[in-house]
Amino acid sequence: MALLEVKGLHAAYGQTRVLHGLDFVLEQGSITALLGANGAGKTTTLRSLCAMVKTQGEVSFDGRRIERMATEDIVRLGVAHVPDGRGTFLNLSTEENLRLGGYVRRDKKTVESDLERMFGYFPRLRERRRQQAGTLSGGEQQMLAVSRALMLAPKLMLLDEPSFGLAPLLVRELFGILRAINQREHVSMLLVEQNAAMALDLADHAYLIETGRVVLQGSSNDLKSNDSVRRSYLGY
Amino acid sequence: MEAFLHQVLAGLATGGIYASLALALVMIYQATHLVNFAQGEMAMVSTYIAWSLINAGMPYWPAFLLTVGISFVMGVVIERVVIRPVENAPVLGVVTVFIALLVILNSVTGWIYTYTIKSFPSPFPKEMALGRYMSPHELGAIGITLVVLLALYVFFRFTPLGLAMRAAAQNPVSSRLVGIRVGWMLALGWGLAAAVGAVAGMMVAPIVYLDPNMMGGILLYAFAAALVGGIDSPMGAVIGGFTVGVLENVLGAFVIGNELKLSVALVLIIGVLLFKPSGFFGKVHVTRV
Amino acid sequence: MTRRNLLLLAVVLLVACALPFLVSNYRTFQLTLVLVYAIALLGLNILTGYSGQISLGHGAFYALGAYVTAILMDKAGVPYWATVPAAGAVCLVAGFLFGLPALRLEGLYLALATFALGVAMPQLLKYHHLEKWTGGVQGIVIPKPDAPFGLPLNPDRWLYYFTLVIAVLMFVLAWNLLRGRVGRALVAIRDQHIAAEAMGINNALYKSLAFGVSAMYTGVAGALSAIAVQFVAPDSFNIFVSIVLLIGIVVGGLASISGALYGALFVQFIPNIADDISTAAPWAIFGIFMIGFVYLMPTGVAGAVRLLLAKRRSAP
Repeated sequence: MALLEVKGLHAAYGQTRVLHGLDFVLEQGSITALLGANGAGKTTTLRSLCAMVKTQGEVSFDGRRIERMATEDIVRLGVAHVPDGRGTFLNLSTEENLRLGGYVRRDKKTVESDLERMFGYFPRLRERRRQQAGTLSGGEQQMLAVSRALMLAPKLMLLDEPSFGLAPLLVRELFGILRAINQREHVSMLLVEQNAAMALDLADHAYLIETGRVVLQGSSNDLKSNDSVRRSYLGY
Repeated sequence: MEAFLHQVLAGLATGGIYASLALALVMIYQATHLVNFAQGEMAMVSTYIAWSLINAGMPYWPAFLLTVGISFVMGVVIERVVIRPVENAPVLGVVTVFIALLVILNSVTGWIYTYTIKSFPSPFPKEMALGRYMSPHELGAIGITLVVLLALYVFFRFTPLGLAMRAAAQNPVSSRLVGIRVGWMLALGWGLAAAVGAVAGMMVAPIVYLDPNMMGGILLYAFAAALVGGIDSPMGAVIGGFTVGVLENVLGAFVIGNELKLSVALVLIIGVLLFKPSGFFGKVHVTRV
Repeated sequence: MTRRNLLLLAVVLLVACALPFLVSNYRTFQLTLVLVYAIALLGLNILTGYSGQISLGHGAFYALGAYVTAILMDKAGVPYWATVPAAGAVCLVAGFLFGLPALRLEGLYLALATFALGVAMPQLLKYHHLEKWTGGVQGIVIPKPDAPFGLPLNPDRWLYYFTLVIAVLMFVLAWNLLRGRVGRALVAIRDQHIAAEAMGINNALYKSLAFGVSAMYTGVAGALSAIAVQFVAPDSFNIFVSIVLLIGIVVGGLASISGALYGALFVQFIPNIADDISTAAPWAIFGIFMIGFVYLMPTGVAGAVRLLLAKRRSAP
């Protein structure tokens, strides 16, 4: 069953149109990647899903139409967005950031145990729990952003360039954790990445976006063996 | 020496009131980057409400609590109805709306209650041991102020709702991404600010007597306090408040005379804005081109 | 200026000249005050509308102009007509000096600083060391001037024409200033101040000048008001004077010369109408109008008129 269905999505910043009728589908339990060059519209797609941008078109999540809903209401349906730039609450502590991730949840006891679980995935965050989040390194803030999104106990995670600014080793570690979370907790993920190689290793399916439209789609294996993808995006 | 001590202590008492009002100003500023020019009039209206309740026979403390509750609601309503539509308007428009609010609250109160000065009761006993240095009311006012400040501190630091409000003020976009209804957080902030203002009004009224224009000068001191402390720093507002209170009294009694006390506020405001615009505890802002 | 506009202006001036003979003395006095407010609003508009700097304390310059006139007439025996340029000069300097440090303040902070000035002004005027000049709390009373050269005009009518001449002069001056380089520079600073500086406009100089000129206008208005009302006292110059001026430009229209006139008419006559409803009503009505204009007609009456005219011109 498709957890997320997008039909004919148009989006614009003021007068500048960025998405020109995007169509894609995300299956429940899958990790799907949106690939493309800079300016293709990947980040805009994620923002459109969360109503952070003006859109036209149809977006359905878990059977419900969400394109007219406000951001905070979409979040409350179980969509966690790790935004471009991480969106960390810089003046609050690491722990406060994590707690805010679980703000809308009613099951307070599970929230507490989830907090412990996050520290289990990312021990460095436990060391820095009382530290002001703005003083964390780039990699640590990325871990924090992912953890905060997980604290929502979401059905769907939207990840905007999670590898950005991270050393390759760290990216591998992070993606390993994401794969584990996807398999163990059945959290579906929509991943936007410029680093196509790593994204295709993590994801099951992928869509290639160019100037606001989908130009290619398929399983990640298919895309990895596609010649033009290899040449333009994988570098060989 | 005794006179000096008395001025300092009395200054701490009024300082507590400035600190409360300054804190209300800072709470609203942190969330919206707007200065609530009508904060004083809102506090004045709350005090009149308390007066009406007490006059109708309600004992002091129930009237006090009910007034705080009503003021909270008043703050929420004002934010939702009057301020929300102009939150993103150009600065002049926003300032005009605030001034309009000030003017409406002032004149309607004057119309309902007339401009004759009324006395407002103090809940504290008339006589006390420390009588030479401080009146019981002054001591009581400091006490109430500290209780309120402590309660606010605990609320913001240790409760989920307080955390959510802090988050909404600092980063509305990220707050929405964790499901916080930012609009309502703003309204709550206004409600709390109005409630704090109500307490300040009820504490100062026994000293300056109740009349629709009573908060004008006090608001000015609160502005000075908020700026001295740093307009986006709650702790700064509190320290600034007590500082301004003591400065006002000491300078007024020993240096420039009581007539020019408001000028102290004026000089402080202009001085801080010119030489240390982020105050002593606030953050320095850099504008991007 | 187009021929049509010139014709319109001529008609307005003609009507203005004829008015004192068509209405009562008291009305003439009120119309004099309308002219006074118009000059003050023009001043505030130069600062806020064109230069984009908010002042909630222009009542202080109004007071300064009024007191200069009163003190010169009362203590130095200076004739009333000479005190007006004197008041203007004093306020020009005072405004420029205030404008220098105020340069570093933007928007809300400038509003705050000027608000403080407006609130503190009455206390400053009551300062007892200045009492022998200012007359302290009681203020100063000044006599009403008679028409010169034995002209057959009663004092109210004479004062009206005197004020009208000065008003016309001030409007012409403003029109010249704002239509030319100065006006364009101010608008550039208002809208994109960093770009303006990069283009070679000396922001600091123009902004302080704007403050000085606007203070001068408001000071001249204050001087004329003192002569008309024949009385100055500290408590008449509280924060509400500054607020009235703010109302005037919001209702009349920002960045507009005609707006000053619309605003002045509003501010002078609404209290009269509102008074019939209740004594507290004028201010509540002002407040409601302020909010209404910000929501519905942010460009003021002048802006609305401009829109209407543009629509009529473009309609087939």
